[in-house]
Amino acid sequence: MKYSPYLYVAPFFVLFGIFGLYPMLWTLWMSLHDWDLVGTHTFIGLDNYSALLSDDYFWNAVRNTFGMFILATVPQLALALFLANLLNRPLLRARTFFRMAIFVPNVVSVAAVAIVFGMLFQRDFGVVNWILGLFGVDAIDWRREWWTSWIAISTMVDWRWTGYNTLILLAGMQAIPRDLYEAAAMDGAGPWRQFWTVTLPMLRPTFVFVVILSTIGGLQLFVEPLIFNNGNIIGGTQREFQTVQMYMFEKSIGNLSTAGYGAAVAWALFLMIVVVSVLNFVITRRSVK
Amino acid sequence: MSVSTRRRRYAAVALATVAALATTTACGDDNEGGSSDGAKPEKLVVDTFGEAGYEDLVKQYEQQTGIKIELRKVAQLNEFRPRVVRSLATGKGAADVIMLEEGILNEFKLNPGNWVDLAPLVGDLSKDYLSWKYELGKAPDGRLMGLPTDVGGLGLCYRTDLFKDAGLPTNRDEVSALWPTWDKFIETGKKYKQATGKGFVDSVTTAVNAVLFQQNGGDLFYDKDDNLIADKSPGVKAAWDQALAIADAGISAKITTWSPEWNAGFKQGTFAVNACPSWMLGIVESNSGPENAGKWDLAAVPGGAGNWGGSWLGVPTQSKYHAEAAKLAAFLTNTAGQVAAFKKSGPLPTNLKALEDPSFQSFTNKYFSDAPTGKIFGEGVQKIVPTHLGPKHQAVKENALEPALRAYESGQASKEEAWEQFTKDAATQGAF
Repeated sequence: MKYSPYLYVAPFFVLFGIFGLYPMLWTLWMSLHDWDLVGTHTFIGLDNYSALLSDDYFWNAVRNTFGMFILATVPQLALALFLANLLNRPLLRARTFFRMAIFVPNVVSVAAVAIVFGMLFQRDFGVVNWILGLFGVDAIDWRREWWTSWIAISTMVDWRWTGYNTLILLAGMQAIPRDLYEAAAMDGAGPWRQFWTVTLPMLRPTFVFVVILSTIGGLQLFVEPLIFNNGNIIGGTQREFQTVQMYMFEKSIGNLSTAGYGAAVAWALFLMIVVVSVLNFVITRRSVK
Repeated sequence: MSVSTRRRRYAAVALATVAALATTTACGDDNEGGSSDGAKPEKLVVDTFGEAGYEDLVKQYEQQTGIKIELRKVAQLNEFRPRVVRSLATGKGAADVIMLEEGILNEFKLNPGNWVDLAPLVGDLSKDYLSWKYELGKAPDGRLMGLPTDVGGLGLCYRTDLFKDAGLPTNRDEVSALWPTWDKFIETGKKYKQATGKGFVDSVTTAVNAVLFQQNGGDLFYDKDDNLIADKSPGVKAAWDQALAIADAGISAKITTWSPEWNAGFKQGTFAVNACPSWMLGIVESNSGPENAGKWDLAAVPGGAGNWGGSWLGVPTQSKYHAEAAKLAAFLTNTAGQVAAFKKSGPLPTNLKALEDPSFQSFTNKYFSDAPTGKIFGEGVQKIVPTHLGPKHQAVKENALEPALRAYESGQASKEEAWEQFTKDAATQGAF
């Protein structure tokens, strides 16, 4: 039975090959061409990539993507850590209920979330503006400025993913041996000190995992900003919240004759995710040590 | 033979089986191979956007032929187009009959091989339709890519109740007399704004579209040879200036057309006027809801006749039933079909007999205060001179012109900056 383990993992690799690796390589091949989605293909080498480097709208999309990624992820992980720590308290009542409840937003379809939040953040009849109005704030056109749109979109992302990350962090916390806390308590460490010197260091592998997952998800942001402005692929009127993923879609599906360029955008995005994930890995490892 | 080689062989066989299974499920329903003409389909799929008015017609066709028809509706053209593109690019999933709007038809003409030549399937129908409209349905290689559905004769929808509250006349002839020109329209808008404090027209982009399509026979973003001339086209400049004037007057509700706020605005009375090409009537009605029946009416558009929108029905080559799909397209665009669609949702006939049909000419639209829509739109339709749109018209309009105008209206860009944004984006969006 020497080979049976390979057999057991084979379905994954076969499926990954068909639905993961093959499309990726195909996209790479496309990106080296002047590729019309419903017409002709001409090999042009790396021309698409060099054009990308001097494309203002591409860099604008990169800026938006990273801006919203940071704006969404940093508070999200801080909040998730805080919530996980609360839920980890042994004396908390109705623990299972809270743990389930916190996960519910993640089960709701992303399109539904985007539509509902799109309505909350409407200019004329939106609830958020209504509440702000109670405090004397004038109606905000959330889709107009880059920062208002980024806040609205980050809120949607956090609504969906905070609970998910909380649960993963919670699982990580529960895997920390109890006796470490007991020993720390014996040495006179209060809850706060225990959190910093026991929980956080022991949580490091889980935290790295959560950060990398958030990076992959955050840099591929697409549905929320798209539906936020009614399916408009360029984001705001001046591309205030067009993400890289949206730009890729604009170039490859929005414009049939530039599919090769869109493929180059896709690969650029892939490389960015790899770089950021590695950076995250290195930084999180160092800093928590 | 050792045990381990045998095992290895088992493993290899098993792996191959898994792989084969995975591949077959991945393309399990892949039984292409062109059309099987002559075979009677169980079901035909029709893709439309907006309100085409086909609901009852389709049922009628089902009863006549026993073929089940699936009608797939998408509200907006900008959601509709990617679906069509996706199915053409992957060779799968396209409907049997697809509605092609004038703004995207030219783009698909660049690759006519994706579309069935309808002429041999439905016979010579060239005398049945407005001749320019029929001719536009032909691809450069001469094939008939689509049968004409409708043209978008222009009118303006207005809310009689809101006009009354603002002290404006409500009778449609008097209202039309208020605005022979766009300047007069702006004056009226200012009066309305003063009286109510609310937006008069829904958006600047509504106005720019109306003016664009009043350039009868003139060039818009492309010249007749499909050279991109967006930055120097007099028609575009005229529309641009008019839209800026409306923005400067502050009479628009600053709403993005087709957005949820726009949809809600119809019910809430956020604006009192909306550009109404005939196909828009069905959209106004469905957005305003039954509770606002009889509050809308239809007046003439400032600045004279024009044509905004209008479509064709095409059959993609990937459909399995070319002949039957072509038959269905012909049914939906024949005299009775176009009259019925008009009565249901407003798309203005292009079929000559439909235009002469007494039940079309005498039709009054109950929802729009019994406005004689058949007469109003029918009179203008013969005068329409088509405008040449060029391959990427829709992309230039949607992703370059309209965003730049909105940026100006909301104060994000000055006149010069907005124009620069437009011309820069038009150059990339318009390339093909």
